[in-house]
Amino acid sequence: MKSKQPSHLRSIVAHVVLIILSFMCLFFFYILFINATRSHADLQKGFSALPGSYLFTNLKNVANDGTFPMFRGILNSLIVSGCSAAIATYFSALTAYGLYAYDFKLKKAAFTFIMAILVMPTQVTAMGFLRLITNMGMYDSLLPLILPSIAAPSVFYFMYSYLQSSLPMSLVEAARIDGCGEFRTFNQIVLPIMKPAIAVQAIFTFVSSWNNYFVPALVIQSKEKMTVPILIATLRGADYMNFDMGKIYTMILVAIVPIILVYLLLSKYIIAGVTLGGVKE
Amino acid sequence: MKKRVICVLLAAAVAAGSLAGCGGKSSDGGASSGEEGKVINVYSWNDEFRKRVEEVYPEVKETSTDGTVTTLNDGTEIHWIINPNEDGVYQQKLDEALLRQADASADDKVDIFLSEVDYVYKYTDADADVAMPLTDLGIDPDADLADQYEFTKVTASDVNGVQRGSTWQCCPGLLVYRRDIAMDVFGTDDPEAIGEKVKDWDTLKATAEELKAKGYYTFASYADTFRLYGNSIEAPWVSPGETTIKVDQKIMDWVEDSKEWLDAGYLDKNVKRQWVDDWNKTMGSSSNVFAFLFPAWGIDFTLKKNWDGEDGVWGVTNPPQEYNWGGSYVHACTGTDNPEKVKDIILAVTGNQENLLKISKEYLDYTNTKSGMQKVAEDSSYASEFLGGQNAFQYFVPVAESIQIAPLSAYDQGCVELLQNSFSDYFQGAVDFDKAKENFETAIIERYPDITAIQWPE
Amino acid sequence: MKSRNKKIDYSKWGYFFILPFFVSFFIFSFIPLLDTIRYSFFEYYRSGIKEVGPNFIGMENYISLLKSDMLKYAANTLILWIVGFIPQIVIALVLAEWFVDARLKIHGTQFFKVVIYLPNLIMASAFAMLFFTMFSNNGPVNEILLSIGLIKEPVDFLGSVFGTRSLVGLMNFLMWFGNSTIMLMAAIMGISPDVFEASDLDGCNSFQRFFYITLPQIRPILAYTLITAIIGGLQMFDVPQILTNGQGTPDRTSMTLIMFLNSHLKSRNYGMAGALSVYLFIVSGILCFFVYRITNNDDPDGSKAAAKKAKKQSRRG
Repeated sequence: MKSKQPSHLRSIVAHVVLIILSFMCLFFFYILFINATRSHADLQKGFSALPGSYLFTNLKNVANDGTFPMFRGILNSLIVSGCSAAIATYFSALTAYGLYAYDFKLKKAAFTFIMAILVMPTQVTAMGFLRLITNMGMYDSLLPLILPSIAAPSVFYFMYSYLQSSLPMSLVEAARIDGCGEFRTFNQIVLPIMKPAIAVQAIFTFVSSWNNYFVPALVIQSKEKMTVPILIATLRGADYMNFDMGKIYTMILVAIVPIILVYLLLSKYIIAGVTLGGVKE
Repeated sequence: MKKRVICVLLAAAVAAGSLAGCGGKSSDGGASSGEEGKVINVYSWNDEFRKRVEEVYPEVKETSTDGTVTTLNDGTEIHWIINPNEDGVYQQKLDEALLRQADASADDKVDIFLSEVDYVYKYTDADADVAMPLTDLGIDPDADLADQYEFTKVTASDVNGVQRGSTWQCCPGLLVYRRDIAMDVFGTDDPEAIGEKVKDWDTLKATAEELKAKGYYTFASYADTFRLYGNSIEAPWVSPGETTIKVDQKIMDWVEDSKEWLDAGYLDKNVKRQWVDDWNKTMGSSSNVFAFLFPAWGIDFTLKKNWDGEDGVWGVTNPPQEYNWGGSYVHACTGTDNPEKVKDIILAVTGNQENLLKISKEYLDYTNTKSGMQKVAEDSSYASEFLGGQNAFQYFVPVAESIQIAPLSAYDQGCVELLQNSFSDYFQGAVDFDKAKENFETAIIERYPDITAIQWPE
Repeated sequence: MKSRNKKIDYSKWGYFFILPFFVSFFIFSFIPLLDTIRYSFFEYYRSGIKEVGPNFIGMENYISLLKSDMLKYAANTLILWIVGFIPQIVIALVLAEWFVDARLKIHGTQFFKVVIYLPNLIMASAFAMLFFTMFSNNGPVNEILLSIGLIKEPVDFLGSVFGTRSLVGLMNFLMWFGNSTIMLMAAIMGISPDVFEASDLDGCNSFQRFFYITLPQIRPILAYTLITAIIGGLQMFDVPQILTNGQGTPDRTSMTLIMFLNSHLKSRNYGMAGALSVYLFIVSGILCFFVYRITNNDDPDGSKAAAKKAKKQSRRG
């Protein structure tokens, strides 16, 4: 009885705060959407809270603009981010398991090393990276945007922490007794256990790769390989494009819609995955 | 053991599969039409040049709907490679391509590229030799381009006087004003009367006071007036062979006047630079800005697109000071595999009076033909609806004739851009004068590592 | 017999498992890093379309960087990061606690979780561009404020140091607080419910529960969040870059270290960019060291202690 009253009050406060925060998050999407539905002339007249009727005209303009191949860019971004997320989570899980489940000589050294490179900003190697991939003949291709994510220290760290809390070694030993090979143990027993962690990290990696601007801007040269962030950034610099702000807003809208769809599809799975992780142990 | 092998294979297959899935995409680069000389690559920063080529080059058959490929009658394709100008993106991409020009396959070679006055020197440099001398193409500037304005030919020449580019346009600038505001403040919108009120800086200042009294701004921002000062500098920003930036007294005059004008309320404090949404909005019908300083392309390409009201509200008159703003130069790139076509295109777009007049009619460009422009100025069929039936060429001609092209250097774009940026803080009151100077010095050395010193006028 | 043999085999498997990671790191990070360090001792840049160098000049790049405003940009980076991170972590902790607290009976948790994570999905460049237009002097925000009469003149958000920094902070906050909330929530849910039940029986109130049970228990994930946030902060680039058009206006007060690096990379000043990269590398090393010291008193990865503690506590409970 005693605790019920303040709990009630706290509940109201919590709801109010959440609503305010949600409003802040959605407000920008709303403005973006509204502006994408208006023509440049409308936008010149000032802001309006109601959508206009130009969305389809704007969409058509976006689709027909060969200078900013937005849909091609989305496809490229999907390829890069999808592959990055897949290999980053798989190989990080592999590495984390390798360091968690086996006692080998260099184990401690390897772990310390990964922890040490965890905070290294990718930008510090950007210059050498650019020269390297040019020499390897991978300049202006999507591969150098994907392959380096095999070594993702922060994903590794998450996986490692997760393994510590959710993988009893007894399970692995049991598998060994059943005569299961090591890689098979990993793929068939460990990986499923790590599913929630993989889901969480997959979306994080996907998003950060989708949003990555610095490296692609250095590596990608030709129009048909550009990813979405490069297109958006060039858009910002294209002075003459500013004469059709409606089109610009629509381009941004088009650029973020796919990832929102992917997210909405996966979000349930992730939050369920998080709960799963909680029940363990 | 067997099982283990299978496991390894499986894991490897998973890994390989995911790699292959992504890898496949990246190998199909470049054009694939095969035959030599079938692709003309044009580097530019917008579709201006494409539109003009389509308009006047007789070989053009059609352009794809997305505007990236134009097919000629004999099947040759022109590939338009467009990168935005701002922030140096265009030059970056062009430089990359030029550095790889020697190794590129014939169809990937740059054949034509464009440059702006601000950095034309970087590319016409004799040592760099990336823009072909016109004579090597078989164009004789003295005969084929005799009717061009002299200063455009000088601008496109290297230090030895070898012309390495050609332009279809000349960019004398005018003062473009709102007739409705003129009516309200001065009781007349007659170009002659308004011209009298803006004929020089002192008169204009008095006029600005009148406008202010009625709640109007004379210009949108201090950036709008920069070209007028920047065009009349006496020495280049960086003299050939030197690594010192010498800031001209004229530039400092701009700083001083801009501060004064802004503080006096003649300029809209909310607009800090050109080419941003804030600036575009001041060209809309709900804005209080009286006038803009624009060359021909500015009226057609910028003002018209941002104007959301009726035609006939804007009018043109003489500027307070003659100036030239911009100009797109067309260069044949060294190493091109289509020299004949490139020559044809350059001649068709920049050296043929009939074609140039066509461009003037269609796009209001002030084209590079002295005798042609004289004719046009008297031809009422060149009157513009947008300008309320005014023939703008009448006003352009005298300006064009008295243009003294500013001495150029390869560093102009960075200097102009960064100086405006640094002093914008000063105008807005965020930093003091000395700090603004210091910020300019920092920024310019970042941009051009070979600059060793910056000299300010006494 | 059989099993003993295998035991020896097993440990070696570890090398196979971690091999891809290290090969990839070696190729794509280590070699470039060495290359970057090497060129930091050279004068090497592009002037126009001509290349200058590489000429060996020793430590000159390092010295001229120290003489430049590099430290000021470091301070900017720190300020911009703190402005966004403090609210981010506080709000994230509070929200995570609320979400798992069944007594609050929050309606539509799923909806809220989805919504607060949403801004993280927009690429920073697009988000910054959106903010740039919205907070410009004639932009929608000013128009709304003007029309409801809150202000008489448009506020020059991007013209003042305070305004620009707040906007950068706000954007970083909006983009990352949902992400942190979900991470921390995962951690809190990982705590055995027994512990909470025990604390309830002992009459803990929400605050006690939060500070004495939740916080210590989620320390590994908190450390993880802190580390990723620090990396993110050190790498801060897209948001201020696009918001201020690469200039760090006004008066270079929102110029971050990576923006500084980017301007050298853009002018193809490989030598200077290399030296700056080495400085950044050293800074990140120091930061990393401190984070470990703060978050872990004894063991290097921290999670072990926490796991042990959790076990002990759950047994006690």
